[in-house]
Amino acid sequence: MVPQIDKELHPILAQVSDPEIPVLSILEMGVVRAAQIINGIVEVIITPTYSGCPAMDVIGDDIKKILKENGYDANVKLVLSPAWTTDWITEKGRKALLDYGIAPPLEAEADKDVLLGSKKLVGCPQCGSTNTKMVSQFGSTACKAFFQCEDCLEPFDYFKCLK
Amino acid sequence: MKNENLYNYILGVADNSLILGQRIGELCGHGPSLETDIACTNVSLDLFGQVRSYYQYAAEIAGEGKTEDDIAFLRREREYKNVLLVEQPNTDFAYTIVRQFLFDVYHLLFLQELQNSTDETLVAIAKKSIKEVSYHERFSTDWIKRLGDGTEVSHQKIQEAINNLWTYTDELFHQTNADKAMVAAGIGVDVTALKDAYYAKVNSVLEIATIAIPESKWFQKGGKVGVHTEHLGFMLSDMQYMQRTYPGMEW
Repeated sequence: MVPQIDKELHPILAQVSDPEIPVLSILEMGVVRAAQIINGIVEVIITPTYSGCPAMDVIGDDIKKILKENGYDANVKLVLSPAWTTDWITEKGRKALLDYGIAPPLEAEADKDVLLGSKKLVGCPQCGSTNTKMVSQFGSTACKAFFQCEDCLEPFDYFKCLK
Repeated sequence: MKNENLYNYILGVADNSLILGQRIGELCGHGPSLETDIACTNVSLDLFGQVRSYYQYAAEIAGEGKTEDDIAFLRREREYKNVLLVEQPNTDFAYTIVRQFLFDVYHLLFLQELQNSTDETLVAIAKKSIKEVSYHERFSTDWIKRLGDGTEVSHQKIQEAINNLWTYTDELFHQTNADKAMVAAGIGVDVTALKDAYYAKVNSVLEIATIAIPESKWFQKGGKVGVHTEHLGFMLSDMQYMQRTYPGMEW
């Protein structure tokens, strides 16, 4: 599912970030599914990470604002299908998450093992140890679970795998 | 209204999530521990997100300038179509998590079937929601096992909540007229067909949790046709206060 984004819009949209994870642009997040200039107007299609994600309204407004500043009028449409998956977070995005202190999502099977507590696979973003434990299946936002490193003892967020 | 059955059908599905979301949202800042507090509010947020998608679709069908907020906040008690189970009060964490578990198991089975609907919008909402509800079900199931097979006190509390909420489970599988019409049209889910899988799953978890399965065959009903327990009115007065006091108010 490669998003259809016009080349000239790419650098503009790359400046918009998820307000809850400011290090990640909405492009790296995979939230923008299309952005195309049709009859002089930019038609943007975005998809929510989680149904109740309160960031979506802000993201929509931010997109319109920045496009306006660059001389474009835009329509932003929210679509649910196909449903967002953590697979759409780019490699660069994963790296940015980790640097920011959020452990990026594992593959689906591994994610299940981790959340059920049967295996230790999530790497601590601070010290890199995988000797980590889940503290809570739900974290500071809908997309994250709460973990703690048992070596350096730092608590951290883990971005849950969503397939 | 042209598509009245579809409109009523969507409300029947969505009202469950609205009312349950409101119930567990009440625990925001009042959860028994920080982690469960955050979990309950996260689940609540997921449900509200799903509800918005359903209500936006319903508002589109209703036309005449109706909005999702009108549907959420400006109906009377008798017009809400949620099952009685989801409006039952939080009482204590045993009741909260048992109610959640009894609904989550149903919700997941329901959404799995809704993915096969001929209505594209409902399929999209189902496919989105199912990922979230899988987490809800895992969360509540874990707690049932942990508390049921926990201490003497936790076991007794879960057993009591199961005994008292069991009477609301059968209604999940009742069909309204809108249900029947939508099943015939290939849009709705035949909930009667989910019953066996539901009780098989619930019973298997209760067994692991060392909780006795209630034997009573007497079940409450009425929510789906608007006849609610006394608890819903109080919830609505809380929920609707702002919209009734300041009509048309927006954030």
